[in-house]
Amino acid sequence: MSGRLHVSPANAEPLAVSRDPRATSHEPASSAAGARVWVLGSTVLKILGLAVFAFLLFGPLANLALWSVAERWYTPFKLPVSYGMRYWEVVFRPTGDAMSSLMTSVGIACLTVMVALAVSVPAGYALARLKLPWRTALMILFLLPQAFPSVAIYINVARVFYSIGLTGTITGVVLVHAAHGLVYSVWIAAAAFAAVDRDLELAARNIGASPLRTFFTVTLPLAAPGVMASAIFVFLESLDEFTGTFFVGVPQITTLPLLLYNASMGGNYQIASITALILLVPSVVFMFVIERFLKADVLSKVGQ
Amino acid sequence: MDSSVLAAIDVDHLQVSYGSQRVLHGVSLSVAPGEFIAILGSSGCGKTTLLRTIAGFQKAAGGAIRLSGRDVVNMPPEKRGMAMMFQSYALWPHMTVLGNVGYGLRLRGLPKEEIRARVASVLKMLNLSGLEDRKVTDLSGGQRQRVALGRALAIEPGILLLDEPLSNLDAKVRIQLRSEIKSLQNRLGFTAIHVTHDREEAMTMADRIVVMDAGRIAQVGSPKEVYDRPNSPFVASFMGAENTLDLDVRPSGAGVEVRVDDSTATALGADVPVGHVTAYFRDDIASLVDPHARIDGSIVLPGKITQRTYPGGHYRYVAAIGDRHFTVTDDRYHELDRPVGLRLPLASLHLFPKTQTTGGHHA
Repeated sequence: MSGRLHVSPANAEPLAVSRDPRATSHEPASSAAGARVWVLGSTVLKILGLAVFAFLLFGPLANLALWSVAERWYTPFKLPVSYGMRYWEVVFRPTGDAMSSLMTSVGIACLTVMVALAVSVPAGYALARLKLPWRTALMILFLLPQAFPSVAIYINVARVFYSIGLTGTITGVVLVHAAHGLVYSVWIAAAAFAAVDRDLELAARNIGASPLRTFFTVTLPLAAPGVMASAIFVFLESLDEFTGTFFVGVPQITTLPLLLYNASMGGNYQIASITALILLVPSVVFMFVIERFLKADVLSKVGQ
Repeated sequence: MDSSVLAAIDVDHLQVSYGSQRVLHGVSLSVAPGEFIAILGSSGCGKTTLLRTIAGFQKAAGGAIRLSGRDVVNMPPEKRGMAMMFQSYALWPHMTVLGNVGYGLRLRGLPKEEIRARVASVLKMLNLSGLEDRKVTDLSGGQRQRVALGRALAIEPGILLLDEPLSNLDAKVRIQLRSEIKSLQNRLGFTAIHVTHDREEAMTMADRIVVMDAGRIAQVGSPKEVYDRPNSPFVASFMGAENTLDLDVRPSGAGVEVRVDDSTATALGADVPVGHVTAYFRDDIASLVDPHARIDGSIVLPGKITQRTYPGGHYRYVAAIGDRHFTVTDDRYHELDRPVGLRLPLASLHLFPKTQTTGGHHA
């Protein structure tokens, strides 16, 4: 992991340079010397800020990318000794573990989303619309799995699951992931439903729609973007989840994070890096999608 | 009300509470079929609550709501067979104009072509022809409220409820839609209840006006009745008679003698309450006369002109009577500081027994 420090500045530098021309074009605009110093100072600060941001964002990524193509890289050298795509081939080999654990991961994530939605859509609607006496307590209940150290929880969960035969099964892992993801999915779904103007529902009821019909033709379509966003959060959380899978799923279930863990423990940084990069793809893609779905009016109601 | 015909809407001692707070204190109102009722009141008087309780959005704490004799007070809104227009339009942004207007027809299981045909005829009636496939978010405020009206009318409701539907629109569109709704009501014959805080809107649209105050009905009557003969100081000032004047009325011979402050007295023959009264009046009933004139049936208050403006057509003066100021219009030109008499015809004053707490407005 020592490569990170050496590689990242090299990556950040071109970015800082590319900002420079714009900064100098600002300079002659101000005539007073004081203002000039001010502009220059703020420009330098901006460049520094960008450099730090770029370092934090791209540094780890560059390190991963470099490790994934490094065939040999040892201590005295600041860059890999020899490059090659050998490990990519190992990972993507049809008989390799990576592809099958990727499939397992995605499958578990999809099932987790379904379970979470089955709870969060009715629960979110109830929390948003009905006058529930224990509303705050219920909201906190969904937060609880996140509030305690996860290892302490999962040891107990594993113990209970073992006694009912759920350890080492997809069902067990899905349940653990769903419990973990429910806080996002319920809170965001509740906010999405709360953001739907009640008059829109009343207008449907008023001209003859039953409550159920109103829900499926008006409320749900209007809350769909927020519900979608919550589903994506749950999907990503499930894809990334390690602790719960480790305690409940091992050894029968191998997800991508578990594979990554095994590879790292075995000192195989190349395989670990490639696995991490694969895990990164859905995260980045979905983050762009979420950004489109989650509107300010929904975000402002999260946790209310 | 004609009791031989069943009322379209009969609200009987309706009580509504939000939590422990009572907002409607036993409201009773009977609306004849085809009648246009305007509920008028300031914000917080319970007018919207009354409408929403009739629609079924709000639970009643007591009383009954009968539609043509059938009690619906515990019925969910979808079973009541009404349609409503909302102040916020409440159009569904994820549907087209066709989707919005045709929603009620889809619920009733009509075939697609028939829905399209009926929506087209509704849109034609509202001058929205050809907008079927537009998104409602691409329409102007006036068009949106027309679509909302179309959505309400598409199901051919017997009762149309209007919850301040025009208050978000700009003045020109508002006046246009006012007359459109009114003429559609004449043509289609539905019963309408229109909630508004706009006096002129209520006056121009309604057959009868219901003035509400603090969860109770203050007065019910035709626009002219409520305007000319308010039954309480509240209704008088709500209908624009915001100037007040304390009078002392005593019987004298055939008529009465009216004293204002300690100076003026005018005799007349009319039936008005005797004793200490407060007069409520609108600016437009006052006129300027000679300060020493004695006119039968009117009181003349001496004062002088303190301000003159010409808004067009006539002059507008501010006349100071003691320390009070009144706005009067007059066709003639008067110099400032000229002593004048402010003539108030007694028949146009709304007289109510004086109450100790009256603050009264100054013009």
